[in-house]
Amino acid sequence: MRNNSFKEHIICNVITLNRSAFPAAQGEHLHQKMSENGALPLRGKVLTVDTMNANVKKVDYAVRGPIVQRAVQIEKELKEGVKKPFEEVIKANIGDAHAMGQRPITFFRQVMALCTYPQLLDDNKFPEDAKNRARRILQSCGGNSIGAYTTSQGIDCVRHDVANYIQRRDGGIPSDPDNIYLTTGASDGIVTILKLLTAGEGRTRTGVMISIPQYPLYSASIAELGAVQINYYLNEEKCWSLDISELQRSLQAAREHCDPRVLCIINPGNPTGQVQSRQCIEDVIRFAVKENLFLMADEVYQDNVYAEGCEFHSFKKVLFEMGPEYSSKVELASFHSTSKCYMGECGFRGGYMEVINMDPEVKAQLTKLVSVRLCPPAPGQALMDLVVNSPQPGEPSYQTFIKERTDVLSALAEKAKLTEEILNTVPGISCNPVQGAMYSFPRITLPERAINEAKAKGQAPDMFYCMKLLEETGICLVPGSGFGQREGTYHFRMTILPPTDKLKIMLNKLKEFHQKFTQQYS
Amino acid sequence: MYRLQSLAARSLIAGALDQCSPLTLTSLTGVRHKSQGPSVEKCGQMRFLTAEAKASAGRLDGKLREKTLTLDTLNPQVKAVEYAVRGPIVIKAGEIERYLEEGGTKPFSEVIKANIGDAHAMGQKPITFLRQVVALCTFPELMDSPSFPEDAKRRARRILQGCGGHSLGSYSASPGVECIRKDIAAYIEQRDEGVPSDWENIYLTTGASDGIMTILRLLVSGKDSSRTGVMIPIPQYPLYSAAISEMDAVQVNYYLDEDNCWALDINELHRSYQAAKQHCQPRVICIINPGNPTGQVQSKKCIEEVLHFAYEENLFVMSDEVYQDNVYAPDCQFHSFKKVLYEMGPEYFNSVELVSFHSTSKGYTGECGFRGGYMEVINMDPEVKAQLVKLLSVRLCPPLAGQAAMDVIVNPPQPEEHTFKQFHQEKSSVLGALAEKAKLTEKILNAVPGIKCNPVQGAMYAFPRIFIPPKAVEEAKALGMQPDMLYCLRLLEETGICVVPGSGFGQKDGTYHFRMTILPSIEKLKVLLGKVRDFHIGFLKEYSGLE
Repeated sequence: MRNNSFKEHIICNVITLNRSAFPAAQGEHLHQKMSENGALPLRGKVLTVDTMNANVKKVDYAVRGPIVQRAVQIEKELKEGVKKPFEEVIKANIGDAHAMGQRPITFFRQVMALCTYPQLLDDNKFPEDAKNRARRILQSCGGNSIGAYTTSQGIDCVRHDVANYIQRRDGGIPSDPDNIYLTTGASDGIVTILKLLTAGEGRTRTGVMISIPQYPLYSASIAELGAVQINYYLNEEKCWSLDISELQRSLQAAREHCDPRVLCIINPGNPTGQVQSRQCIEDVIRFAVKENLFLMADEVYQDNVYAEGCEFHSFKKVLFEMGPEYSSKVELASFHSTSKCYMGECGFRGGYMEVINMDPEVKAQLTKLVSVRLCPPAPGQALMDLVVNSPQPGEPSYQTFIKERTDVLSALAEKAKLTEEILNTVPGISCNPVQGAMYSFPRITLPERAINEAKAKGQAPDMFYCMKLLEETGICLVPGSGFGQREGTYHFRMTILPPTDKLKIMLNKLKEFHQKFTQQYS
Repeated sequence: MYRLQSLAARSLIAGALDQCSPLTLTSLTGVRHKSQGPSVEKCGQMRFLTAEAKASAGRLDGKLREKTLTLDTLNPQVKAVEYAVRGPIVIKAGEIERYLEEGGTKPFSEVIKANIGDAHAMGQKPITFLRQVVALCTFPELMDSPSFPEDAKRRARRILQGCGGHSLGSYSASPGVECIRKDIAAYIEQRDEGVPSDWENIYLTTGASDGIMTILRLLVSGKDSSRTGVMIPIPQYPLYSAAISEMDAVQVNYYLDEDNCWALDINELHRSYQAAKQHCQPRVICIINPGNPTGQVQSKKCIEEVLHFAYEENLFVMSDEVYQDNVYAPDCQFHSFKKVLYEMGPEYFNSVELVSFHSTSKGYTGECGFRGGYMEVINMDPEVKAQLVKLLSVRLCPPLAGQAAMDVIVNPPQPEEHTFKQFHQEKSSVLGALAEKAKLTEKILNAVPGIKCNPVQGAMYAFPRIFIPPKAVEEAKALGMQPDMLYCLRLLEETGICVVPGSGFGQKDGTYHFRMTILPSIEKLKVLLGKVRDFHIGFLKEYSGLE
């Protein structure tokens, strides 16, 4: 049944059998089989798009989608000497700070080098505080080596450090190391929790509420797990804020066809860059209690807040300040990562999650599930430890560390402002303030003719726009359709990570392109 | 069947089950009484009681609001997952370790974790060159340091040039850093004596486990009798059964022949395939060579037979070759599935869909913590390959440090290079010691009455068969526990040695085994094996004496 072209395969097999250079293999079994069935065995691909896992087919991940593949191709063409109207591709599609030229934090890399090659502990060029951190991490690794497996939940002392960090961050609200799970980047943690939560069939299938626009890891995981995606729309007119009545609407509608059990929040927002107010977080928590929802708080941009008047509030802190009737009930998992903030160490795939109020039996299942993958990468765990246990006043590396961190964060704040300002001078582009995170998500007005042309090509209009932008300017952005947006509106996501001078050039090119594009299609 | 029982056992031991009957607890106490080991169990019970108290308290104030996520509403496939290598016995070992750290006393001073192939944890030293390259990549300021050799610096520079912003902290392309993929292809080509390898068929992974899961994920589809069946050896490495449960595929067991040094018998493949066809659609065959937990090394002829079988029955082949450098028996040799497939002629080489897996965690490097690995994908439908790339991209990329470590393994120092001598000496010393320990383990175990151990031809484990007296079998059954679980628990409590019961890997009904690594240092291994012998003899006496 698996073979669509039955005849073709028969023919193929006759040919291959006749030409076989492997007579031994045509031995007994094959002959037996031939005489049993009176026919030759069929031979097509075992795995085709028709026979593969249907859920995997449904997965979409725009951040590394077709536009990025085209960008890589163009880069190769440039290398091979193909002439283009630009000299280099600028990949503003992904929050990859180091690729955009950001320097690693020296202290972090020193400790990592020491952990990797402990002979360096005798090298007097390394500061004592770096050595102390490295020694402490190595002492809690099997055989004092970062090459040993760690416990599946993560290295003990790292989990303790993470708990202490959370406690400090949240003004003393206790955090239990037993609730901390180290992860392979935040993505791994998010997928793992969603995996636990997905159950039921038909109308009882787990529904997962996600913001629109969203970070497409969510939609991709939901598709892969066969869960039901429930969209709630952020309010673009109010700086992408979250509106409780919209949560209510979306939940009500979803109850018709699935069992909504999870609410995902990204704060600060990706791709939308908003920072949630304390009031809004309280409202969300109340809503989760009322509707019996498991909360997943994606807080990987917690250090990336730029706008004056905005402040990061962790869901955990707000939850506990709302009193025991909330803090003892709401099941919450919050996620953090080494990839964002001021360190931007994406390649290490470090991260953690804190799970609160999880049923102890379920927690045992979670521990079992993560044990199948053995452990998150130990270097990523070590790096996570440094992020939560950074140099303290009085330590030799403190000054340099603070300077490096401040430089990165203030440059980001400047670029956030610059991006908003320049984009808003372009007629047909309107950009909300980039209060936090690493992206702007401006709305673009596309002429009717461009929309029609895109549709004729079977493309989303903003995909059409971004492709043209890439071909003409070398700038690689992700179309808004990859994140989700209200019908009839169009956007793109661009990172604010390129260095300021490069960012200016990029924004001006974008401006020119947009004007030209509008003219061309009007 | 065994799955249910060991689930019960896990809960018992982990203290996670709150309806654990007093009867079971008493019986366990009874067992403990005979061993003179004092009261870790008491400690375990205490933990259990507190857990229970907490749980019921939660339930009280949960009257208003039920937990959203409970054991009843959890993803049922997750519930079905079992992973013995880090299962109840290991959780128990962790508890005992903590107990000892807190000053508790036991008839032993340390827990020896022979449950997992974790070389560095057992004292194996990292390969200097590998660590030098990764350290240079991590902190490029070291390029100026005269204490690092030029060949290490060259490799580090090359890797960094392949990274965005020349930093190990940037994301790589989802299939991995391009120059590392090219190095891997070159390595495979050299290993397979010229059989071509295309770097675009290479995908870096987060350890081999990640690759195995990803490929299985692509393959699982259909409903009921058209659901994907996955053929796995029994005994198997439980990643396979766990992944199959999680994805709700159908596990199709084929049994390795213990009497024939765990060889794979082609007739058994046919039997298993035919039987499975009645209720599912077998589409994949998984092979572990060298074998885990069984340590056999497959002959070339046997590989040919498997490949022919796969060709004939239209099966996708997954060959887990992470122990390819771990071959100790002088009459054995590693043959890659890819090379054998090539030698079978173009109609095989151009049609059988094959994925083979490798890793930084085993071999002579034992770099488990880096989570490095790769897979080579052959004859995959181009459209499916595009789907694979898409699927990988959701997780962004495998850890860069692991990719760099993988690069060093496939691109080690060459004879003309400065570091060659030291590298070569470190490598042979690790592999030489492993060969010696493989032999030693087999020899000592076979001297014990009631233990029978096949030669450890390769990999890192012995999987001896143990005789368990009927009385002990009955006692275990009364406890709702697998007999070899009871055996291993007693071993742990009396000697501090942590091994994994055979039931966690699967075994023929009525046979019992355990898996132990051969990784401890020779002196430690001798002590360990001596303790196993004494324990086993005592165990036999105790349960035969009761009659």
